[in-house]
Amino acid sequence: MVEFDVVDLPETDHVEEGDTAPDFTRPLINAEYWEDSALDDAVDEPTLLLFHPMDGAFQATYLYNTVDEHGWADDLQVLGLSISSPYAHKRLLAERGEGARIFSDPGAGVIEEYGLDHDIDGMTGITETRPAVYLLDGDRTVEYAWVASEHPEFPDAEEIGDAIDRLVD
Amino acid sequence: MTDPQITLYRLQACPYCERVVRTLNRFGLEYQSRYVEPMHSERNVVKRVSGARSVPAIVDRETGVTMSESANIVEYLEGTYGDAATDGGRAADDAATDGGRAADAEGGA
Repeated sequence: MVEFDVVDLPETDHVEEGDTAPDFTRPLINAEYWEDSALDDAVDEPTLLLFHPMDGAFQATYLYNTVDEHGWADDLQVLGLSISSPYAHKRLLAERGEGARIFSDPGAGVIEEYGLDHDIDGMTGITETRPAVYLLDGDRTVEYAWVASEHPEFPDAEEIGDAIDRLVD
Repeated sequence: MTDPQITLYRLQACPYCERVVRTLNRFGLEYQSRYVEPMHSERNVVKRVSGARSVPAIVDRETGVTMSESANIVEYLEGTYGDAATDGGRAADDAATDGGRAADAEGGA
């Protein structure tokens, strides 16, 4: 058996529970088109905001599979964000993440503002996000936050599901 | 933020769309860009809105007008918001003279 090596990520000053999620404007992609959208305009109801590695990375694939398996998009608004292009988001949404919409942040400006930026060894010039899950109420207050502290690390679906139930029930 | 009165369905780097954008800017009109995919089969939203899959297409909530084909759109904008709106429609007539040709090049649904 090959050992599964997990690397600790450095401590960061990221957006956490109790904070107001910083507003931003980026192209927001749905199954059919994309347009510039401010987070503040999009969030007027409970929202699951997911920062995930670029589309195609298995972490992104697993995340949307998890969203679909638990039917979270039926319970509340699901918004993703990654550095991938709008075209890549459209391809992702054609296969999974039904009902979700995804922001495109290729310059990682939003990712940096949230304190989630992460350099990937061997991909020079690309700033990635560490995986992060935020549950927001309708005024962008962070009711639940999970941010990866190891690479790779996956969020706990059960914990997220409980937090969603607390917020939307 | 209030939504701009005009929604423009467009394709990245589409010259016909840029032509409409230039006209919108010329008249200082606020608009929201909605980008769609190059493949016609991926443009159902445009078809639902305008009846055809071609872009550019605009929806003007102020007047209730939905329209495709850049020549038609430019003519409409000039007639509604440009000098033509006050000069009896002369500018709009001028714009219409090359309309057929440009529209052909854009291709249909």
